[in-house]
Amino acid sequence: MSSETGLSPTSYIQHHLTNHTTSIGDGSFWVLHTDTLVMSLLLGVVSLGLIWLVVRKATSGVPGKTQAFVELLMEFIDDQVKTTFHGNRHVFVAPVALTIFVWVFLLNAMDFLPIDIMAWIYEHVFGLHNWRGVPTADVNTTFALALSIWILTIYFSIKVKGLGGWIVELVCSPFGKNPLLWPLNLLFNMIEYISKPLSHSLRLFGNMYAGEIIFMLLGMWASTGVAGTFFGAVLGAGWAIFHILIVILQAFIFMMLSVVYLSMAHESH
Amino acid sequence: MNINFTLVSQAIAFSIFIWFTVKFVWPYLLRAIEERQQKIADGLAAGERGRKELELASQRSSEVLKEAKQRASEVVIQAEKRASDIIEEAKQSARVEGEKIIAGAKAEIQHEIFSARESLRQQVAGLAVQGASKILHREVNAKVHADLLASIEAELK
Repeated sequence: MSSETGLSPTSYIQHHLTNHTTSIGDGSFWVLHTDTLVMSLLLGVVSLGLIWLVVRKATSGVPGKTQAFVELLMEFIDDQVKTTFHGNRHVFVAPVALTIFVWVFLLNAMDFLPIDIMAWIYEHVFGLHNWRGVPTADVNTTFALALSIWILTIYFSIKVKGLGGWIVELVCSPFGKNPLLWPLNLLFNMIEYISKPLSHSLRLFGNMYAGEIIFMLLGMWASTGVAGTFFGAVLGAGWAIFHILIVILQAFIFMMLSVVYLSMAHESH
Repeated sequence: MNINFTLVSQAIAFSIFIWFTVKFVWPYLLRAIEERQQKIADGLAAGERGRKELELASQRSSEVLKEAKQRASEVVIQAEKRASDIIEEAKQSARVEGEKIIAGAKAEIQHEIFSARESLRQQVAGLAVQGASKILHREVNAKVHADLLASIEAELK
């Protein structure tokens, strides 16, 4: 349980939703969410490092179990990318999909760690007050990912179609080349360009944030006594099992959307 | 829900991870998988080739066997024919030889008969001359009748 005094549902939830911050300058923008950064960097380095260790010794003969697992993962992602992206996917798109899937999945999976036990560990083992363990429940992470993909889509659009081709597409599609339609086309494309990263990032953020909140709400059953604790634990286990699906599904959806956006950038309309 | 510099740093981390995967993870794994695919394809092709060769070899061997059987039966037939020819020839030559022997024997017999008859005739003529000369000895002078005797003797010969 949280060590805060004067425990109320509001303070309990607020405690769990407060990021560990480090200020690096003046103003509210120049702030780092240390917890988000450390967790995501740790998970990214460990997961990709492990994959790299396996891949470095990859044999074309009979693979070991670990290599077989990594290959399974790779081929699963490669299959998904193959159906959507019709260029040379091995150069960029497929590795990006692998990165996103592995990383986002692990970031999401942090939700499985029991929130109060982890808070206690963070506080008493590492001396960190206010430490949020799920980086994808931080809107900065999901926006960072979505905007990176967004920038990549613009980059590839211009790279594939040329700057002129991209601008022509902005004003001439989807409704037609008629000059009267240009403002409408541009407006439509602007809405699309704004809505893509928003929906892309907020979908993941919303799901993970909501998952976290529900764990907290279930955790609050513990304040009603032994029976409530037991009830909350059973419900928490149920939600955790359901959450396995959400964690994988959201990582997969985020990856697929990234692939779809990158493919769309490669194709002219 | 406050946007701050975390976003930028997360984006940087993300791009580093992407760069790492693009550069160091994907190509190696892809190469291993593609090499294995090539190996499997080669293996399957080799297996297929072996199967075809086996089929061909068994076909060829059965052909050779058939030909050998045919040759063998031909040889047997030829040998039988040759054998019967030899027997026939032997029979033929034996018959010819026998006939020759028989003919020689017959000629010998004829000759014997002839010479026996000749000597018999000589003896008969001698005896007749002797008898006649004995009869005539008393009444006929041998010197007088020598012509007569000679003519009888010549007649008897």
